[in-house]
Amino acid sequence: MANFIDRRLNSKNKSTVNRQRFIRRYKSQIKKSVEQTVNKRGVTDVDKGENITITKKDLSEPIFHQGKGGIKDRVHPGNDQYNEGDQIKRPPQQSGQGNGQGEASNSGEGEDDFVFSISKDEYLNLLFEDLELPNLEENQLDKLIDYKTVRSGYCAEGVPSNIDIVKSLQGSIARRIAMTSTKRKSLKALEEELTELKQDKHEHIKRIKAITLEIKQLKAKIAKVPFIDTFDLRFRNYAKEAVPTSKAVMFCLMDVSGSMDQATKDIAKRFYILLYLFLTRTYKTIDVVYIRHHTQAKEVDEQEFFYSQETGGTIASSALELMIKVINDRYNPREWNIYGAQASDGDNWADDSPHCRQLMSKKILPISRYFAYIEITQRPHQTLWQQYIQVQEQNSHFAMQHIKTVEDIYPVFRELFKKNIKQVA
Amino acid sequence: MAKKKMLSDGPDWTFSLLEQYQFEIDRIAKSFRIDTYTNQIEVITAEQMMDAYASVGMPIGYNHWTFGKKFIQTEQTYKRGQMGLAYEIVINSDPCISYLMEENSITMQALVIAHACYGHNSFFKGNYLFKAWTDASSIIDYLLFAKNYIAECEHKYGIDEVEACLDACHALMNHGVDRYKRPQKISLEQELERQKSREEYLQSQVNTLWRTIPEHKDNETNRAPKFPSEPQENLLYFIEKNAPLLKPWQREIVRIVRKVSQYFYPQKQTQVMNEGWACFWHYTILNTMFDEGLVSEKFMMEFLHNHTNVVAQPEYNSPYYSGINPYALGFNMFIDIKRICENPTEEDKQWFPEIAGSNWLDTLHFAMENFKDESFISQFLSPKLMRDFKLFHIHDDEQESYVEIGAIHNEKGYKKIRSELSNQYNLSNLEANIQITNANITGDRSLTLKYTPHQAVPLADSKNEVLKHLYYLWQFDVKLIQEDSNGEGKIIAQCPPSRKNNTDIEKAS
Repeated sequence: MANFIDRRLNSKNKSTVNRQRFIRRYKSQIKKSVEQTVNKRGVTDVDKGENITITKKDLSEPIFHQGKGGIKDRVHPGNDQYNEGDQIKRPPQQSGQGNGQGEASNSGEGEDDFVFSISKDEYLNLLFEDLELPNLEENQLDKLIDYKTVRSGYCAEGVPSNIDIVKSLQGSIARRIAMTSTKRKSLKALEEELTELKQDKHEHIKRIKAITLEIKQLKAKIAKVPFIDTFDLRFRNYAKEAVPTSKAVMFCLMDVSGSMDQATKDIAKRFYILLYLFLTRTYKTIDVVYIRHHTQAKEVDEQEFFYSQETGGTIASSALELMIKVINDRYNPREWNIYGAQASDGDNWADDSPHCRQLMSKKILPISRYFAYIEITQRPHQTLWQQYIQVQEQNSHFAMQHIKTVEDIYPVFRELFKKNIKQVA
Repeated sequence: MAKKKMLSDGPDWTFSLLEQYQFEIDRIAKSFRIDTYTNQIEVITAEQMMDAYASVGMPIGYNHWTFGKKFIQTEQTYKRGQMGLAYEIVINSDPCISYLMEENSITMQALVIAHACYGHNSFFKGNYLFKAWTDASSIIDYLLFAKNYIAECEHKYGIDEVEACLDACHALMNHGVDRYKRPQKISLEQELERQKSREEYLQSQVNTLWRTIPEHKDNETNRAPKFPSEPQENLLYFIEKNAPLLKPWQREIVRIVRKVSQYFYPQKQTQVMNEGWACFWHYTILNTMFDEGLVSEKFMMEFLHNHTNVVAQPEYNSPYYSGINPYALGFNMFIDIKRICENPTEEDKQWFPEIAGSNWLDTLHFAMENFKDESFISQFLSPKLMRDFKLFHIHDDEQESYVEIGAIHNEKGYKKIRSELSNQYNLSNLEANIQITNANITGDRSLTLKYTPHQAVPLADSKNEVLKHLYYLWQFDVKLIQEDSNGEGKIIAQCPPSRKNNTDIEKAS
């Protein structure tokens, strides 16, 4: 009188919808938490999900229930010392011994945070919600350089390997029907006449003979229509379709001169991580080129980029020049979506700044999809900032922001990429 | 009796082995006249168990964020190892669905089959509360109807609207239960059929109730009849039938939540008995299997180890103490009843003249069928058990600076302890007593509820939040009053929050 059912292979994610509902409902709180945690992440754990913390108070589902106070009668087990009528000092509230289970759990006293983890995708969605890559649509068309072979109907000529059998045989049937229809009509009429004549009481030897011959000839003619003809053959047709490239390259430019300390570099690093994560949502493959500079620029790997120390003066244009060189060598702008991010503390050799502006507006911006400049400093802006302001006025896909502390990174990032019609226009 | 072949003691299980165990358990259970719904035993993984947890025991639940929250909580605590999952979940349905966890050893599976598929299952089928209030054969259909209906509403009216409505209903869920009136049993087809006509009918009723055209001029001088004529304790029912501005689909959602609440209500009322009954039978059945030579000593060791963990009762001063363990109390009471029947002492004969020396199986079935926790304890808790548990009663009056021991496990205290413990399981004392006393249908359409404190226990602060939900459903002013010592109604909460002078007017009148 029992049925055993093995449900282990059933889908286990019965609660997925409810989980999503939960995230949906607490989006604002979760987002706040995401924004707080983003600054604490290192470059190595960019691909992970995130632990989300929400205060329990926000999640409460209120019900009517009895509160504290009044008269409570409780029965407890394990009496080891008490006698009827004993009067005991009231135990401190939090001990929970004086209170029964009911009150302790209902009172909703626990103000612990509600912590749970979200997946990487959920994390990125929340992190980059309402953000978009500027100028994506506008520039999309002139980047049609990847071709994809797609099916596009049928054609009458082609190589044997592309023959579509069903389509060809359909053509064959149609052709045979078309070519034999009149013949089969007259054949049918003749056959009917023949049976009629045969059943007739009178003899019609001559006519029968003639009809029989005619039937024979017609049948031969019908048989002669070929089963399949080259005319029937249909080949699958393929066409090349242009698709926007899914490749992107991200240039990270950073000033490593003596004035940039590790904290400033860390801030820059966070910004690059965000940009990288954001680009992964749009592009399949992303190359990252790290260029560091003081008076001279050098292409380095990530470790060296962020952690090695060098000192010296600052000539920012060297980095821009190297970037142009790398683009020319390896990243054809027709094949690659080029993104640039430059971080600096604003120090630059004063004579060099106008040169930077020239390079930027003449050489880099025309072939880049987007270039962001962030200045990480507590001090007033210097020449580079002023020169770049002119660039910004003329180019919609150049953006600059000022970061003072770690907390600014995410808001600044949002500011740069927020969905904004003005930026696109 | 020919010695039977011993069943494998695993520890791994197979489906064929499960069937052998189930067959033997079934045979023994039948010999004890255990009557069950057909069992549907489903083997699931730990993750699926967490899903089942999250839906609070509804095999098919409608979608709502609160279940997502429960799932995340369960997942978190389980993954951190702070909590083990239950070995089983059993659903009051016909056929009776029980979930077994894949991770269990064969011993645990046998324990669970005896406990859930025969213990709980027969309790669902036999206990008067479940018989009267739930309909095991239609619950799955009803839940399916509810899930689809709510999904359809989300589609039509948007997730936010439906969610707000469900939130409001959930806040009042404990007050959506009929305690005395018996609901009707109907099938899914009837439910669907009636749902459509109900929508129209309900709306028309509400419209009549709230009609603004005065019927008779001369009636105005008379005081309008009080509405509702009697205070209503089923808040959700009252709202479903009378809330002025609810849309038909919202009424249906109120109804769904009410029905689900009603379905679970007997389980709340019979926790001690239900668990006690199930523990008693897994204990008895597996011991019988051992006596028959069906299971090994290794099996018994593992079983007893788990069993004693489940029915352990920490003492009040133990760090593990968190109130009375319903498994322990229930199990020991059933064992004790059996003892009173078989080997009554003089004391038992004096306290339980009607059952001392009677057939234990008859008595046990009688007890299971006709009681709930509250009455079960006041009827069957014996002085011996009170001594074994060393029960004592604490009287805690907020007015005093001390707590007082009201009674202990001695001759003088037995009756007091028994009645206090019974009260402790009386849901009507535990849940806030709130009733709708007045809906002002001729005036400002405000709704008045009254809180009647039990032993001067005030209502918790959450009341303001709950009133907001009630206001969402009623859509006109909602007031919660409590009588002060002079017998005057005093507003303790209202929504929307009072314009200051409101309370003054209330006092003056």
